[in-house]
Amino acid sequence: MSLTNVFQIAASALSAQSMRLNAVASNLANADSAHASTGEGYKAKQVVFQAVAVNKSAPWAPGVRMKEVVEDTSPARLVYDPKHPLANGQGYVAYPNVDPVEEMVNMISASRSYQTNVEVMSTAKSLLQRTLAIAQS
Amino acid sequence: MLSKIDNELAFVQSALDLRARRQEILAANIANADTPNYKARDLDFAAALKGAMGSANGPLKLSQTSSRHLSSMDLAGGMAATLKYRSVVQPSIDGNTVDPDVERAHFADNALHYQFLLDRAGGAFKTMSMALAPNQ
Repeated sequence: MSLTNVFQIAASALSAQSMRLNAVASNLANADSAHASTGEGYKAKQVVFQAVAVNKSAPWAPGVRMKEVVEDTSPARLVYDPKHPLANGQGYVAYPNVDPVEEMVNMISASRSYQTNVEVMSTAKSLLQRTLAIAQS
Repeated sequence: MLSKIDNELAFVQSALDLRARRQEILAANIANADTPNYKARDLDFAAALKGAMGSANGPLKLSQTSSRHLSSMDLAGGMAATLKYRSVVQPSIDGNTVDPDVERAHFADNALHYQFLLDRAGGAFKTMSMALAPNQ
């Protein structure tokens, strides 16, 4: 029954997009977690998606899942603040390489995709309900 | 008698089935709107319907001389022949070819067609029960 597959496909997209939102939330929450410029601090995280079949008998309509979480390898942001307890010899403090603008764009994109998939699910639901009511009344 | 009822509904039934499958494919496209290297696909609906109705213009069939032979007309095989990749309007850097707006438009359009076919099926049943009703 292909319309029930739509539920699984949309559900897989919902969970993938919410993981993306989680990554954004984590990045934004840690945007100002200062660390010593020599030590390992927080690095911005991005999720990578991958198409995966939700139903072995319907490989032409794959859902989506999170393949991996990759860390941004760009260097930490150095801020001159000699009074900070974590400042190095030159007076610099390292902050995570989180780009708030990029994260906000990511958040809006994830939230729009989430909404679209919710709509897909509700359309499939109403189609199935109408199918069940076929030839009634 | 029953086979005549079956014939009456055959077209609506296979069209509904294909519409449901197309809905599934469009849902997959929408779900994978952010998946790197995913290529949007769609059903060549006219060809698929022709194939499903077994018209002369449908895909070539393999003859089966044993019950253990694979059918060339099973849905998976028939689907592969009519599934096409969507041409790209705005290519993206991650190799994804899904345009969410296009997919949503097709999704809504397909849902409407599905509801129309449901209506047709309901109408066919109504006509039949009208013919069967004794005093109306």
